[in-house]
Amino acid sequence: MRPGFVDPVLGSQRVFRRVLEAMAHPGRIVTLDALIEAPAPLAPASAAVCLTLLDFETPLWLDDAARSREAVEWLRFHCGVPLVEGPESARFALVLAPAAMPAFGEFDLGTDVMPDRSATLILQVDALTAGAGARLAGPGIADTTRLDVAGAPPRFWDLVRGNGMHFPRGVDLLLAAGPCLAALPRTVRVRDD
Amino acid sequence: MTEVLRRRWMSVLALATPDELEAAWRRIGDPPPYARVRGPEVGLVMVRARAGGTGLRFNVGEIPVTRCAVQFVGGALGQAWVRGRDMRHAERAAVLDALLQDDGRRPTLEATVIEPLARAREARLGAVTARAAATRVDFFTMVRGQD
Repeated sequence: MRPGFVDPVLGSQRVFRRVLEAMAHPGRIVTLDALIEAPAPLAPASAAVCLTLLDFETPLWLDDAARSREAVEWLRFHCGVPLVEGPESARFALVLAPAAMPAFGEFDLGTDVMPDRSATLILQVDALTAGAGARLAGPGIADTTRLDVAGAPPRFWDLVRGNGMHFPRGVDLLLAAGPCLAALPRTVRVRDD
Repeated sequence: MTEVLRRRWMSVLALATPDELEAAWRRIGDPPPYARVRGPEVGLVMVRARAGGTGLRFNVGEIPVTRCAVQFVGGALGQAWVRGRDMRHAERAAVLDALLQDDGRRPTLEATVIEPLARAREARLGAVTARAAATRVDFFTMVRGQD
């Protein structure tokens, strides 16, 4: 059983500030420094986000790649998080093989009255690169920014565009690669070029 | 190793007084190097009870509990939950729990640590019961000849 944060309070606060920064500036790549030994096959950023955001009140859906015994035991021990079978009942999803993940619409998109009751999807990808890839705009982005995601589901940016069509409903995405994190909340707009 | 055994020794370790556990700790010498997986940390646990022992459940109140989880290199995960705020007690109980899960070490530890702690606790409870028994008053009524 691997340990969690060395200091649970400071560690989770540090990671929370980073997640907040990523969500507030969509497409910006942030690096987590409160690094922990992640259980296989989670990346350090995925594991840190789980420790920070998950608890006994946030049901978690795991894809097949994430259901290793080590990962499940670690999540149950450190987060106390309930695991759910159906993506629609999850508040968070941890997807280690995004290429084969269910459609975003299978997760909870929230309601018009309570759009915040939607799911946040943590996608573990191969690499995040700034300055290349899709052109993003919208709240939190001065002018535009570019983000390239290696290891994303097929037609990923079309999926992100589709997610934004349901506004205020929709899911929010946290992309984790190694120790780095980027966020694509439902407000992000993907340009056509 | 059955669950019943583990429950018993975890209970004995948690219910020992800090002094007794300290003495037992000294007897076994230095444990092998271990890593702290969680804690020791203090938190609150809500104690629940049933009205009249069998009725509706209700919250009695919160008590502080200290928990700890340790792991030896390539070994078992030892855990402890101890009422109170004694972090050292929780950590030592967790280390002993991990050591006791090792089949090779268990017999010796049962004999040198668990049994003495269990007997000490029984003696303590026995003393309390004896003191209370000394205050017992037996009432007698005179037969009034109704039957």
